[in-house]
Amino acid sequence: MTVKFSKDHEWIKLEGRDVAVVGITDYAQHALGDLVFIELPKVGATYNKGAHFAVVESVKTAAEVYTPVTGEVVAVNNVLENDFDLLKSDTEGWIAKFRITNTDELNGLMDEAAYKGYLKTVE
Amino acid sequence: MKQTPLHTAHKNLNAKMGEFAGYDMPLYYDLGVLKEHEWVRENAGLFDVSHMGQVMIKGAGTRALLEKLTPSSFEKLGVNRTKYTVLTNDEGGIIDDLMVTKTGEDDFHLVINAGCKDKDIAWIKSHLGAEQEFTYFEDWALIALQGPKSEAVMRDVLGIDLSDVPYMGLWFKDYTMFVSRLGYTGEDGFEISVPNENAEELWNKLLSDDRVKPIGLAARDSLRLEMGYCLYGHDIDATTSPLEADLGWVMRKDVKENAPQPTRKRVGIVLTDKGVAREGSEVLNMDGQKIGALTSGGFSPTLKQSIGQAYVPIEYAFEGTELWVDVRGRRIPARIAKMPFVKPKTKGSV
Repeated sequence: MTVKFSKDHEWIKLEGRDVAVVGITDYAQHALGDLVFIELPKVGATYNKGAHFAVVESVKTAAEVYTPVTGEVVAVNNVLENDFDLLKSDTEGWIAKFRITNTDELNGLMDEAAYKGYLKTVE
Repeated sequence: MKQTPLHTAHKNLNAKMGEFAGYDMPLYYDLGVLKEHEWVRENAGLFDVSHMGQVMIKGAGTRALLEKLTPSSFEKLGVNRTKYTVLTNDEGGIIDDLMVTKTGEDDFHLVINAGCKDKDIAWIKSHLGAEQEFTYFEDWALIALQGPKSEAVMRDVLGIDLSDVPYMGLWFKDYTMFVSRLGYTGEDGFEISVPNENAEELWNKLLSDDRVKPIGLAARDSLRLEMGYCLYGHDIDATTSPLEADLGWVMRKDVKENAPQPTRKRVGIVLTDKGVAREGSEVLNMDGQKIGALTSGGFSPTLKQSIGQAYVPIEYAFEGTELWVDVRGRRIPARIAKMPFVKPKTKGSV
């Protein structure tokens, strides 16, 4: 499954049939600067597409992280609480995994090429 | 948006720019806020603070005028010495906070906040007598060099020996450069006032030293917050009195004795659990009742915890009081802490 991207700078990757892994992009991390705190969701919580499920805080600001799909949180990457640098990792930098109810929601998201094009318009 | 004479220099340094008090100002540079903050605590950081207003009042009766406009006394202040104080309105509310330097018995230089310039100038002018002269140095820049290596940098780069200048003291040369040993970071350091046309050369000269990095307004804010300094429009404004703001130390005896006793006080608050509380976060007592809100707040890079300021009723306003701070609906345990949160290292304090 390829990685998809949201306009709010989250990345999402389908794992298996109905579990999606969500993190934030390099662009978002760079814009935030050095992180000092991350507020993670609880396993079992459900979120609608577009709802904020986590907060990442840098010295200068707090940014909400939105889920690009509707679903229930099945796993949370607690390691991030003590190691913000982990967010940069492509494989281990995920924030939460969601069991999603409607995989069609992924179709509305951008692929990598489209996201790169989108970044040029926001800069 | 207004620009300082160093605007191009900031652009050349790839600064992230943002609006502050009507000016397009550098928020941070390539280092990023956290590292800029740490750089100032360990080395020397260069700040463009040219957006601030520099004014002069002189002539017979100026000292008396300043003692009417502020709650302070300037009688015992030495020549070429600076004092922090506030301008107060007829109700005792704070119009602005400022630095006042005495350059002669009735000759004073003031540095006022960018966002308050227009109203301060109008307020001061409306109180001027026939014998006092007012000048606004609109075409002078202000550059701050802050950090433990500042004195050495000033000596090595500019050839200026400031080792004998005390904290809050002034050094100047030929009326083309005024150097004050003070700042907004709690570090040793200087604020250098020069004509606009000399600003960029001075800026680049100081930056050419490896010990010096440019620092933006974001780190300026986290540095001042660690010192418990007030940011006008946030921690103090026209609705707060100097006593409420815990600035009684700037008041002379007669003013202080006649001022109404405050029912609330500005205090420092630290979160004792993880999280970051910013301006606007509500402060609750242990019963969960709202008793105030943060007027500033953020992560302290030095303490690695969230710190802030708030006005709370005086019955809570003492060190150690346990509280909650509400961050996006989540209650985080907190307590009232002494300010400064971090020990200042200004000249003479260490």
